[in-house]
Amino acid sequence: MEAGPATVLAAVGVQKRFGALTVLDGVHLALTQGEAIGIVGPNGAGKTTLLNVLAGSLRPEAGSVVFRGRDITPKDAADRCQLGIARTHQVPRPFTGMTVFENVFVGATAGGGRSGSSAYDVSLEVLDQCALTHLANRRAEDLGLLQRKRLELARALAVGPAVLLLDEIGGGLTDAESAALVETIASLRDRGIAVLWIEHIVHVLMQVVTRLVCMDAGRIIAEGAPEAVVAQAAVIDAYLGTRA
Amino acid sequence: MTLVNAIVQGIFLGAFYAVLACGLSIMFGVMRIINLAHGDIAVFGAYLTFVVVDHTGAPALVAFAAALPVMLVLGYILQITVLERSLKAGLLTPLLATFGLSIVIQNLLLIAFSPDVRSLGPAAGALTTASWHVTSELSFSALGVVVLAVAIVVFGALQLFLSRTRAGWAMRATAEDADAAELVGIDSRSVYARATAIAVAIAALGGLFLAIRSVFDPISGPTQLIFAFEAVVIGGMGSLWGTLLGGIALGLAQTLGAEIQPQFAVLAGHLLFLAVLIVRFGGARLTLRVAR
Repeated sequence: MEAGPATVLAAVGVQKRFGALTVLDGVHLALTQGEAIGIVGPNGAGKTTLLNVLAGSLRPEAGSVVFRGRDITPKDAADRCQLGIARTHQVPRPFTGMTVFENVFVGATAGGGRSGSSAYDVSLEVLDQCALTHLANRRAEDLGLLQRKRLELARALAVGPAVLLLDEIGGGLTDAESAALVETIASLRDRGIAVLWIEHIVHVLMQVVTRLVCMDAGRIIAEGAPEAVVAQAAVIDAYLGTRA
Repeated sequence: MTLVNAIVQGIFLGAFYAVLACGLSIMFGVMRIINLAHGDIAVFGAYLTFVVVDHTGAPALVAFAAALPVMLVLGYILQITVLERSLKAGLLTPLLATFGLSIVIQNLLLIAFSPDVRSLGPAAGALTTASWHVTSELSFSALGVVVLAVAIVVFGALQLFLSRTRAGWAMRATAEDADAAELVGIDSRSVYARATAIAVAIAALGGLFLAIRSVFDPISGPTQLIFAFEAVVIGGMGSLWGTLLGGIALGLAQTLGAEIQPQFAVLAGHLLFLAVLIVRFGGARLTLRVAR
């Protein structure tokens, strides 16, 4: 996979093993600016591990991670965040003892490198965008799951990311809520943020992504236009688990 | 009136314990490290101040101001050289590392300063001896008032730092979830190093007060560690204001215990500590199993 000029973030031949288990087996994936890629695949396919490798929480055994033409494989998660790679967790991990505003503000200052009123403005903006403004002064531990998921997204956005890595933020949402989420993600994509979104709920994913990737057993087994990928029997088999 | 005096003295003594315990509380709160060398670090700080006094003849407080930046730097270095590595190896390793550090500090101090007992009392001048006698049985010592004021300033400043500054917010975020903090761009490594630097510097302040109010020698550390540890546990582990209150509760227990019987002072503090442990951390497990 060539890293073209517009490529923001790329995994190049990434391999990751946990003991004897190969979780990522030579994954190539390039994300270009303004593109939203959806990743689907069965549990254990290596989707979250790929996200961890891209975000810097895990080091690959082989291969590299390239950001805007620079090899960032040795950089840790904090450095990558400061470069503009933000992620959300499948199970939200807010700083529960801090207020919603403080959670977001930390992202704007530490990750986004902003200070003073500029950090303040960005924090308010993302709180507004994620419909959390009315909860700004509540402690994060008081939030319910859906609000925590929104906070997770808000905190990642406060960083001012060039790349947004989303790990199943759509799970458990009602139709109206997922429609709002789709709208938010689409507007981020249109603003030029590259989005990589892992999601089990394919029909939600289909409304946003420009490209769909299907993973199984640590490999990419199908990739391309969303409709085409979904149509592929291999994908259906892998995803629905009809294979023996 | 003797009871009122005992309470006043208990608060002063407790403020001293709170200053001593503050750094221990920070390191536990931010990194979940129980620093068994904390008392020895405090004593090390006292010796450093003592050396400055000895060479320059400066008053103790001025000498301490010179020692403080050195302690900050030493704390920073301690974190990035020893503790950071040990943290990667699980929960037990930092405990063992600080236990080893405790022994190393004690022996280095023995080599450098001999087992002789020292005090910074003379170098602190009027601070050591001045007091206001309100009645024949109630007096406020200058040192007691200063320690209490300093304790309130230190804890208040830490509170402001943690609630109002960027670095403080980053520290709270890291204390809660270091991995998640990394993912919003917080370098947990430098946050930890800053936390240890602050903890070590405040430990040295505790060492200074110890050295002014009484005497110290190279093996004074472990006793101070026990008082500091008790203050942290009584106050609820890792809570800042809790540590201040825990220190004062410990001080009160000791002076009130001494009212009953002078030898009972330290034991009364330990008993309070034990009572808190039993109430808070599952007394059920301490039930005796009677063999039939």
